[in-house]
Amino acid sequence: MLTGTILYALINTAILALMALGFNLTFGISGVANFAYGAFYILAAYGIWGIVNLLHLPYPVAIIVAIVANMIFGALMYRFVLLRVRGQALSEVIATFGIGLAILELFSYFGWVGFEYTLPVFVDRSFAIAGTYVDFQRLAILGFSVILVFCLWWFTHHTATGLAFRGIAQDERTALTFGINSDWIATLSVSFGAGLAAVAALFIIPLGSIAPGEGYDVLIKALAVCIIGGLGSTGGVIAAAFIVGFAERFTDTYIGSHWTMIVSLAAILLVLTIKPSGLFGKQKELEERI
Amino acid sequence: MKKRKERIDRGIKVRSSDIFALLSWREMLYLGAPRILPVVVCLVLPLVLGPYWQKVLLSVAVVALLAISWDILAQTGMVSLGQALFFGVGAYCAGAMNHYWNLSPFLTLPLATIMGAVICTLLLLPVLRLRGIYFSMVTLIIPLILVRVIEATKIFGGTEGLSGMTPLPSKWIELYLVLAVLLCVLFGFRRIMDSDYGLVLKGINDNDRSVINAGINIYWFKAQSLFFAGAIGSFSGAFMTHVYMFVGMPVFALDYSILPIAAAVVGGPGTLAGATLGAFILVPLSEALRGFGGLRIVFYGVFLVIFIVVLPEGIFHYIQRKYHQIERWVGVEK
Repeated sequence: MLTGTILYALINTAILALMALGFNLTFGISGVANFAYGAFYILAAYGIWGIVNLLHLPYPVAIIVAIVANMIFGALMYRFVLLRVRGQALSEVIATFGIGLAILELFSYFGWVGFEYTLPVFVDRSFAIAGTYVDFQRLAILGFSVILVFCLWWFTHHTATGLAFRGIAQDERTALTFGINSDWIATLSVSFGAGLAAVAALFIIPLGSIAPGEGYDVLIKALAVCIIGGLGSTGGVIAAAFIVGFAERFTDTYIGSHWTMIVSLAAILLVLTIKPSGLFGKQKELEERI
Repeated sequence: MKKRKERIDRGIKVRSSDIFALLSWREMLYLGAPRILPVVVCLVLPLVLGPYWQKVLLSVAVVALLAISWDILAQTGMVSLGQALFFGVGAYCAGAMNHYWNLSPFLTLPLATIMGAVICTLLLLPVLRLRGIYFSMVTLIIPLILVRVIEATKIFGGTEGLSGMTPLPSKWIELYLVLAVLLCVLFGFRRIMDSDYGLVLKGINDNDRSVINAGINIYWFKAQSLFFAGAIGSFSGAFMTHVYMFVGMPVFALDYSILPIAAAVVGGPGTLAGATLGAFILVPLSEALRGFGGLRIVFYGVFLVIFIVVLPEGIFHYIQRKYHQIERWVGVEK
């Protein structure tokens, strides 16, 4: 029982980290709000589903097309909406939230909900680990999110583009004097974030089915991981995913499934109240509160 | 030849900003019309509308109240993404008092207004120090938590809610009560925001550090602003409880957070009148679109984006400018 819970808590942690990566890259690391993130996740899921089931193209083609389309859509959203309200944090939030709302509600209006709206698992097998059955998909998520977190850390610490991502969040004007085109970097950041949302959907959706309402949960979970960990910190994402992931799984097992969402929401509330910059956040510690 | 747009105050605006306005009916009308018009509209509309659109008018007034409460907070520098918190707390206060103690609506309405405002202020008191986007995220999360807590602990009827509230005696009392409250809140708070007290609140939005430098305790003023906004929001929630004769988890729904923001953004933030105007445009529009069902929220989303990006000043500021000023193209001097 306990080992099973711990194993599933680990997997839950991996899922949370995978969900939060794209949002963390856009909002946490380069400081551009993208509250349409949950909508991008659902959009990619329906995109892959539509290409496979309506256009009858092979699955790998669908994956690539959906990821690229999501990235282009993210870049377009930056160019035509975000660019015009850049720098006014709340307008950014409201505008992107409006876009996300429109996309998610459009999908729920179409009513594409049910068991047939899901993506195939990669390999349909399960293994017994220490007496607990785990299917291949969950193990794949565990492995892949470890690789992806490492890639993200390497990208933002050891490549010029990645350093520019962090630069525009730390001080946009100084970044400009270093020859960083902050609009282009922010476009890339939103676009990569949207692409990562598609990757997350590709891995996580096969565990359940596609539901537009899920988009809000993804946004809140990504927000939770991002805020608890601290904006701009990759290590923070891992730590926060562990905290939320274990807390959720253990409350589910020992208290009740009603309380899982409350735990993560309460964790955000607590961290925001006590230390708004998060556990590991260093950026702008003084500016966020007076 | 290059041209630029020039804006000049109308002669009548300059004349009527003076004591001499009292010398001419035309100038008095110029000053009075924008203020009398909403009063007349609110008095006449219930009489000319059919029963269905009277119900719509009720929700227009409720959304307008919520939008005004959002705007008061926003003018104090606290942008809330969870107006449903105020609405829901007020609704549950009134519902619980009516259901468990059988109090009459005329007692529960004022009691729930005060109680709701106190509860909301106390809930948000620990995060008053947060600024900007961090405050917004807290307000987004609290209604979500409250819904899940009610679901998990099954207090106040849990998922099924409380039903069988006492309705108000007649629909005319309902309509004129909420419209009268709307007018009082609109004109009252416009006046407060124009006074020195309102200046302090707006100063907190513009530059909180210089307000602190002036020796003013901004947290005390923020708490008061929160109390006002909470009272207005709680009243609308309590009122809706008695109209629907039901209170349940839907009172914390996203609709009650999104609609007021959309109304305030479309109408024009920063003048409470803009928020009211936005509600009078958006809610009937959404009723007209009722045939589209869930698509209505899609329209709200699109409206929000368009107005934030293209017309961030909102409709009210636009009309106000046209009313007070003339515009013309003039050549640029070499």
